[in-house]
Amino acid sequence: MSAQTPILETKDLRCVFTVRQGLFKAKKPLAAVNGVSLQVRKGEILGLVGESGCGKSTLAKILLGLQEPTAGALLIDGKPSSSFSRIDIARRVQPIFQDPFSSLNPRKTIGDIIALPLRVHKLARRDEIRPKVLEIMDLCGLSKRFYESYPNQLSGGQRQRVAIARALIMRPELVICDEPTSALDVSVQSQILNLLTDLQKELNLTYILISHNLAVVEHMATHVAVMYLGRLVEQAPTDELFRNPRHPYTRALLDSVLTPEPGMGVPDSQLGAAFPNPIDPPRGCTFHPRCPKAMDICKQAAPTPIVSGEGADYDMVECHLYGPQEARAA
Amino acid sequence: MSRILEVENLRVDIPLESGTLHAVRDISFHVDKGETLCIVGESGCGKSLTSLALMGLLPTKAIRTANRLTLGGRDLGTLNETQMADIRGSRMAMIFQEPMTSLNPAYTIGNQLAEAMLRHRKVNPNEARERAIYLLEKVGITAAASRLGQYPHQLSGGLRQRVMIAMALMCGPDLILADEPTTALDVTIQAQILHLLANLQKEFEMGLVLITHDLGIVARVAHRVAVMYAGQIVEEGTVEDIFRRPMHPYTQGLLRCIPIPGKTARGAHLGSIPGMVPSLIGDLKGCAFANRCPHAFSDCNTTDVALREASGGQRYRCLLSQEAAEQNAREAATA
Repeated sequence: MSAQTPILETKDLRCVFTVRQGLFKAKKPLAAVNGVSLQVRKGEILGLVGESGCGKSTLAKILLGLQEPTAGALLIDGKPSSSFSRIDIARRVQPIFQDPFSSLNPRKTIGDIIALPLRVHKLARRDEIRPKVLEIMDLCGLSKRFYESYPNQLSGGQRQRVAIARALIMRPELVICDEPTSALDVSVQSQILNLLTDLQKELNLTYILISHNLAVVEHMATHVAVMYLGRLVEQAPTDELFRNPRHPYTRALLDSVLTPEPGMGVPDSQLGAAFPNPIDPPRGCTFHPRCPKAMDICKQAAPTPIVSGEGADYDMVECHLYGPQEARAA
Repeated sequence: MSRILEVENLRVDIPLESGTLHAVRDISFHVDKGETLCIVGESGCGKSLTSLALMGLLPTKAIRTANRLTLGGRDLGTLNETQMADIRGSRMAMIFQEPMTSLNPAYTIGNQLAEAMLRHRKVNPNEARERAIYLLEKVGITAAASRLGQYPHQLSGGLRQRVMIAMALMCGPDLILADEPTTALDVTIQAQILHLLANLQKEFEMGLVLITHDLGIVARVAHRVAVMYAGQIVEEGTVEDIFRRPMHPYTQGLLRCIPIPGKTARGAHLGSIPGMVPSLIGDLKGCAFANRCPHAFSDCNTTDVALREASGGQRYRCLLSQEAAEQNAREAATA
């Protein structure tokens, strides 16, 4: 397992935007992704969790080749992403977005929407397109009769199935699911999650699952990466992370999950202050203003990642509570 | 225990070209002082229209009828628009889902907080300002006085929702209606806001109607639960009963759909409810859930189903006997 080349790897990936705060104010840098290193191996499901504004979606865009990173390396099958064209990356990595209402072209039929990647990549002859589309529709639980339908004739769950079919018709290796079920009702969410599980087994897929719903991540993911203000603060196999969350932020996230158990009351996550302004991040560890366990050193120096295990057992935590208290070059 | 809100046979009908859409069909419920009632259901079940109907804020085309609709003993059904406006924001207040869109971007927080109080109570602007500061501190906003001069866009989503809560509390209402108050927020902020809402409700002994689709929130916040499906209440009971002994097949199905950390096995299939909600245009024949129900039999399609009472006061809209329903609940829990 551990010797296997990851199908996707990032090394110290950074993406900095310059933001103008006002007409006469100087532009300031905003590090949306601030040094992210992660690996995804074939067959894994990596859950990526964090609050809004932590850089999850920017990271997803970089992985899809839709956003150029400012620094750092993105390796696909062990080769730098620069050696692939946009089209090559798109054949390997495909997205499923959150909102099935805005991610489908309302003027195209379902058949056209699903077939578009085949046409763009010239992967099928004209007469092969229809059978291929019908095959993937069947796999995604969409009835044949929707082939000539338009998106507005479909329910939210059916639209999300179309988005999944469109992503999978290229037979990609990696699918990046950005909040795939958060726009859906509970009973539809479970159907889509079941579908993603079945497809993964059937087509031997690898997923990166971005979600703020930790119960969904726990149910699906084999590994979890926790993101805070542009950095990964903890990575571990799912069971390990849920059994023994080490970073105080991970702890707080897990404590905030409201499981349907009556009589437990609402937990107090102890995260006093609000999410910090990413343009003006706190000194030292960026989490220290909200951290219930903050120490003096946390205000002065940023912690370095403490890594143990490798391959599928890789785990990492970035916190002064653990291991050597050396500072990361800011 | 005193009743704050009593609703009997509330209906909301919307005339459309293709017929009348019966969005809310004869629902009855009540809320006591200091009690939280959660109305739970999926999109299109009529839960949001129910809250708008109570507030008298329905779209003009929609028609509201009720056998009884009282707030603190006062009949809301007979009030005209001006009298209703005297009650809205004063005796009952609403917290909406999107704090982005429900705050006015052109006015300061202080201005919007004071507005309702200046409208409803005989106070001067200074008193209203003091009350605003007091409540902003109560909802956990630091440097409250300086926030009054800020505009909504200067606040984060969590802060805006706190401002909305403070605004609802300005006149000390008897009843708060909260429609998906935390859906737009992060999980960490959601927990804080719900924690806050529960504490304030206890402190001020208000009635709270919380509308949500999130069963996790329901379990943690509700005293009593009403489950809505296709415009009807299909099950109602205490939170313990609904979660430990769900009687209606729809409630049982919903509970099986959600993954629970540590309980549902990774990658195993979650339960699902096949099929679609029936059209709400025209009359429903038989049980609205029959076409999706795993326990349906022929009578379900032909007989109108009334709410029946199980031992312990739980009510459910199903033809199955209590024994059969309990048996199904046990099977659903272990499946």
